[in-house]
Amino acid sequence: MHADPKGVLTGVHFLDGDHACCEGTLAAGARFSAGYPITPSTEVVERFAWRIPTVGGIFIQMEDELAASIAIQGAVWGGAKAFTVTSGPGFSLMMEHIGYAAITETPCVFVNVQRGGPSTGLPTLPAQADMMQAKWGSHGDYSIIALCPNSPQECFDLTITAFNLSEEFRVPVMMMLDECVGHMTEKVVIPEADTIAITPRRFTKKTPEEFRLFEPQSDMVPDMVKAGDGYRFHVTGLTHDERGYPSMNVETQDVLVRRMHDKLKPFENGRAIYEAEFLDDAEVVVVSYGITSRVAQRALQLAREQGVKAGKFRMISAWPFPEQHIRELAGRVKAFVVPELNMGQMVREVERCAAGKAKVVSVPHAGGSVHDPDVILKAILEAAR
Amino acid sequence: MSEALLDIPVNPTNPVEPFLRMDRMPHIWCPACGIGTTVNCFTRALESSKLNLDKVAIVSGIGCTGRVAGYANLDSFHTTHGRAIPFATGLKLSNPELQVVVYSGDGDLFAIGGNHFIHAARRNMDIKVICVNNLTYAMTGGQTAPTTPASVISATSPYGVFEPSFNLVQLAEAAGASYVARWTTFHVKQLSRSMEEVLHKKGFCFIEVISPCPTLYQRRNKMGDGLDAMKFYKEVSKVRNGAPTSECALTKSGEIVVGKFVDRDRPDYLELLRAQMTESLGDRYADPEVSCSEG
Amino acid sequence: MQRGLTKLGLTEIRIGGFGGQGVILAAVVIGKAAAIFEGGYATMTQSFGPEARGGSSSAQVILSGDPILYPYVANPDILVVMSQEAYTRFSPQLKPGGILITEQELVRIDQAPTGIRMYGVPATRLAEELGRKVVLNIVMVGFFGAVTNMLNPDNLRQAVADSVPPAMQKLNLQAFDKGFAYGAEMIQGLAEDKDAEQLFALES
Repeated sequence: MHADPKGVLTGVHFLDGDHACCEGTLAAGARFSAGYPITPSTEVVERFAWRIPTVGGIFIQMEDELAASIAIQGAVWGGAKAFTVTSGPGFSLMMEHIGYAAITETPCVFVNVQRGGPSTGLPTLPAQADMMQAKWGSHGDYSIIALCPNSPQECFDLTITAFNLSEEFRVPVMMMLDECVGHMTEKVVIPEADTIAITPRRFTKKTPEEFRLFEPQSDMVPDMVKAGDGYRFHVTGLTHDERGYPSMNVETQDVLVRRMHDKLKPFENGRAIYEAEFLDDAEVVVVSYGITSRVAQRALQLAREQGVKAGKFRMISAWPFPEQHIRELAGRVKAFVVPELNMGQMVREVERCAAGKAKVVSVPHAGGSVHDPDVILKAILEAAR
Repeated sequence: MSEALLDIPVNPTNPVEPFLRMDRMPHIWCPACGIGTTVNCFTRALESSKLNLDKVAIVSGIGCTGRVAGYANLDSFHTTHGRAIPFATGLKLSNPELQVVVYSGDGDLFAIGGNHFIHAARRNMDIKVICVNNLTYAMTGGQTAPTTPASVISATSPYGVFEPSFNLVQLAEAAGASYVARWTTFHVKQLSRSMEEVLHKKGFCFIEVISPCPTLYQRRNKMGDGLDAMKFYKEVSKVRNGAPTSECALTKSGEIVVGKFVDRDRPDYLELLRAQMTESLGDRYADPEVSCSEG
Repeated sequence: MQRGLTKLGLTEIRIGGFGGQGVILAAVVIGKAAAIFEGGYATMTQSFGPEARGGSSSAQVILSGDPILYPYVANPDILVVMSQEAYTRFSPQLKPGGILITEQELVRIDQAPTGIRMYGVPATRLAEELGRKVVLNIVMVGFFGAVTNMLNPDNLRQAVADSVPPAMQKLNLQAFDKGFAYGAEMIQGLAEDKDAEQLFALES
């Protein structure tokens, strides 16, 4: 299925990441958004509020992030593709409903334009310190997908990917921007609608009598329905059986939680999105994501100019963590260097997967700016020694 | 005794059964709890409303009343604590032909969800909110709610409640609701009628149902059992349709003013949205088509 | 098409002024000209937050023939300032040999930095001559185009047209032309009088 041309602003634009992300939601087919203003993410929904009345859809500004993050899920069960947008403090409030989306398998997209924290922190300046929260922030065991664009163009492209993945796996998908990418303006090429692939919602073909709301199909993912079509289904945040009925016992819990966990295995095994360079001969691999990957690229170039065999592994999908790739690399490289705009979050995953086979060097940054490329270069040179 | 008097059907069915998920019975509510009574009234309202029940959705939050969604044979959503109204908002806006009913308790709607309530009323969102007010947090063991009257003993107010409580009908009116009524579970006929009325009324509608919690509230406050609750409601209730909601505050043992207090016509959210967009954008405004299509 | 960008390579520009002068739009126009109409690359960032409200405003644009990695400007090659505050704050950062462009009636330079080229334009007054002071930013862009000569003027002009509402297009293009003509004349004058240029450089 291809994008509906109504939402696709085909052409060459000069947009910031937030605005490009908004165009991505429209191209992906989102026709509903609920939001609450927070710097530095508000531009996404400001543009949506401006654009959607002529495309055909609804934006509603809710009373808080709790409301925004559940209103979109009401909209999804009403038949919409929907998303919300926030930054750190609002992301914390939305955790409740990331869990709800996970257990009710509600396909939806959460955009987090990361800023410095904790708490109110640095409202106008970048960080990448919500990476662990994206994966573990809501209580309980669940799986999500998180994508990290490093340019306005990717804010557009990956937002479409995010919607498609959320439909395919029926998980909340996080677009983990950072303030720098969100507020950076660059050329964004929006292609013709008929070249944009869209994953349609997989509505059940069964009759209401045959249908079971959470009956997994061969891919472990249940088929969708929407309210008003006569299925008389029940959705609950309680542990539920295949009918969707609450069933609070060990067996049901085991079946449900394992399936929620396992349904992303096909993504983990071979679908990780990444960018690699110079890995064939690399002795030191720089693992990075988001804006830091651009800064790291400059450090990498400088290192290679100095004769260091440095390679690049840029995570575009950060969750599920690209475990296989890091394990494979760990067997043949000397070290990983992991610069991040936080005090060392994803580096823990790298360390876990390196499992002692390669040295792992964290290059932390408390946020508010980006790394000086020389700091990353120094870490690469030391790791190579 | 004549034969006729013993003529009991072999498989008796309750007329409300088609409206309930009978495969989920028995329900979890205590004997003499009032929630079941309100559900009974709701099913009768659904029946007499003649609505296509495929197009009626019910949304609940968390708590004893939060379980209503699970028993109603409708598209039903048991959401998170306090968030039934914003969920219902998204559901309604994405699929406006649905009649969306929010069915939840006083703690859920007015403590943790209070902010959502006032904003949905302000927007005149076209949803129908039924609040079973048992004056306590029952599911968690009878703690103080924002509705618990002064001097009541609760699990978290062992020496008596001293905080002022909300007058829900006044709050609803002040926030902008199009329809506001209050009944007790003693007033089953009137309650059913109110419920039927709101199913045909546009805009944000609110019905408060005073309902007994014999297990926690009644017992702890030496107010007797379920039957005593009915006697109490009968004794202290006074029907005053159109009464100023400011005069309808509740106390532990004083008068309970019941009736329909507000019934006014205001444009609802979607009407306001369409009017504004049409005024600003003219022909460029595209009517929302929010639902996504299949592949 | 890429003459400017290939000639100059990576060029870092900072534009500063006060709120309401259209600093950000000026940066957008320059970035757009390079990235869209010139076929090169441009990354524009701006400072947000309380300091960007009402008071001072600044934007950074990086232009290049190759993809741009690092998005921020520490030491600009070109500094465009439209307020005294922006001049005071940013002029120490200008690279040696860099270009300083000022709104000459809003920026007073007591002690000019050494080793740079300096060009001033009365942009506000030129904009007022067109009847609308608000287009001073586009006058600055026109002047920038003429004195730096790094982007094709047609592309820059097209970027102006592309960045303003249709009703404002004519006025903004006039503003661009006016600023450009002022700059072109200045450059020609300097070229005709080599001595004058040397004197100018010495004075700087």
